[in-house]
Amino acid sequence: MVLTRAGWIGFVLALLAVCTLAPLLNLAVPADSVFHMSDYAVALVGRIMCYAICALAMDLIWGYTGILSLGHGLFFALGGYAMGMYLMRQIGRDGQYHADLPDFMVFLDWKALPWHWTFSGSFGATLFLIVAVPGIVAFVFGFFAFRSRIKGVYFSIITQALTFASMLLFFRNETGFGGNNGFTDFKRILGVPIQTHEMRMLLFVLSGATLLAFFLFGRWLVASKFGRVLQAIRDAETRVMFSGYNPVGYKLTIWTISAIMCGVAGALYVPQVGIINPSEMSPANSIEIAIWAAVGGRATLVGPIVGAFIVNGAKSWLTVAAPEIWLYFLGALFIGVTLFLPDGVMGLVKKLRRSAA
Amino acid sequence: MTPDLLEEGAKRAAAHHIGESTGKTESGGRAAGFGRPAAAAREVDVTHGRILYLEDVSVSFDGFKAINKLSLDIAPGELRCVIGPNGAGKTTMMDIITGKTRPDEGTVFFGSTINLLRYTEPEIAGMGIGRKFQKPTVFEQLTVFENLELALKTGKGVRASMFFRLDSGQSDRVAQVLHTIHLAGSVTRPAGTLSHGQKQWLEIGMLLMQDPKLLLLDEPVAGMTDEETARTAELFLELKGQHSLMVVEHDMSFIKTISEIVTVLHEGSVLAQGSLEQVQNDERVIEVYLGR
Repeated sequence: MVLTRAGWIGFVLALLAVCTLAPLLNLAVPADSVFHMSDYAVALVGRIMCYAICALAMDLIWGYTGILSLGHGLFFALGGYAMGMYLMRQIGRDGQYHADLPDFMVFLDWKALPWHWTFSGSFGATLFLIVAVPGIVAFVFGFFAFRSRIKGVYFSIITQALTFASMLLFFRNETGFGGNNGFTDFKRILGVPIQTHEMRMLLFVLSGATLLAFFLFGRWLVASKFGRVLQAIRDAETRVMFSGYNPVGYKLTIWTISAIMCGVAGALYVPQVGIINPSEMSPANSIEIAIWAAVGGRATLVGPIVGAFIVNGAKSWLTVAAPEIWLYFLGALFIGVTLFLPDGVMGLVKKLRRSAA
Repeated sequence: MTPDLLEEGAKRAAAHHIGESTGKTESGGRAAGFGRPAAAAREVDVTHGRILYLEDVSVSFDGFKAINKLSLDIAPGELRCVIGPNGAGKTTMMDIITGKTRPDEGTVFFGSTINLLRYTEPEIAGMGIGRKFQKPTVFEQLTVFENLELALKTGKGVRASMFFRLDSGQSDRVAQVLHTIHLAGSVTRPAGTLSHGQKQWLEIGMLLMQDPKLLLLDEPVAGMTDEETARTAELFLELKGQHSLMVVEHDMSFIKTISEIVTVLHEGSVLAQGSLEQVQNDERVIEVYLGR
């Protein structure tokens, strides 16, 4: 069963809220009305929905399969960079230098596009790359790691090193990804200006719809026998092997799916925030994804989405209200959840419901 | 010999000669007789009267010889008990048979054609060797039913699992095993909430779901009540005949109930073999157990 009756009702309500209510409140309701959804709110929620996709992806690999990745920020950034390259090409001759090449290449005195920018002009190819690049990187890395039976904290450390190494690589100007400045100053997407209300709303709706679609897909996965094998791998991997399953294929499948989800999230995120740079690959970003999942409650799918909203909501409020305490708050939150709410917010909700009944 | 049998034999000979150049024959490229059809690959061949065959197997960990020139064989349908003091190599022997540990030397055959040393744990499990661990190992977060369902003998690939639907024959099989292991009343309970003895039963049930030809059982009655132990003995005696069983136990009264042949392991090799009475009266066995 993918969802219960109540679950389906909630799902449809969420879909309606994202696809019709939010656009109405933002575009149709006048700005001075109390019901108006501000552009700031659209930008914030749109961004958090992208984060929530990452948290969902983290839940599949960590919550259900027991493999803690501390490098999911890499896949998010790869998807973002694939989209960013396309957006850079869409600037055309409207950049600072009014040249055919993106500004940073003119600045570096490059005369032609590097080879890996070959398909960046095509939107179709970009959509393919958004899925293919994180997918292939994850598949190749996962193949060797899982085949060598690298597990637990060792796997986490290697993923952390992977994203850190990639960050250093992307920092370099020669790599051809704009160095530490990354890509920014986007103008258009598919020839349509990117800064309009309508385009922002469209990206918001797309992010929300993608999040909900991935949620359904995740529910389908974990409700299948495939999902139960994943949980079995988490709880007793040797028993799984002696039951005739080869865990490598299972881990590799869910690992790659999870990476692709992050890549798609990154691609939706970049046009909304208008910038992508190597700091997205910093180890701290990847660790934060794990925190969202832990705060919300692992192995629940809904939990990590809730966790992404709670932590990022608090972040956007606190970094304005009291910027100096944000990091302390994040640290305290992580310790608090680990000590008092091992099952996260969802675990607390469950406990409260049980004591009420 | 009738003409059609001759003709069939000639066909197998021809097929064998084609395969010889690539080494992809059932006998691994070696010369073979054509009097009877060789069993299909990964299909256990017990025509020589042995389902498991270990010869001169040795393995050492950091210089410690856990298994030392161990030779042992088991007949189809046999129930073999293996005893021995701690550190005799009982669990290591099971690790070798199931592909978890690679021996330094020696041969391990399943039937007369399958060289087990060439295969991984999941492949060996798929060929029909089931194993119960010393510490009961079940999927604690999943229900009793889901535990059994995962162990079911069916396609174990990723895609097969994604689109798996339990058919009526399979759910009958689950119901039957649930009844056998006396857990029919706990179908929806998470396995983690079961008692120690019940977990042992559930793990045995998971083995039964795999429908293995050979069961390796490491201390199956540890932590069971007397009544549960008696029921386990009953179950094993029932399984004997259709399945081959190798039981490692310390519980002598349990062994007395089920045993025909008992093998005593000591320092990684077979010390004595025979009926329980015989080995109990064996001077060397007494010495090892009493430490004289």
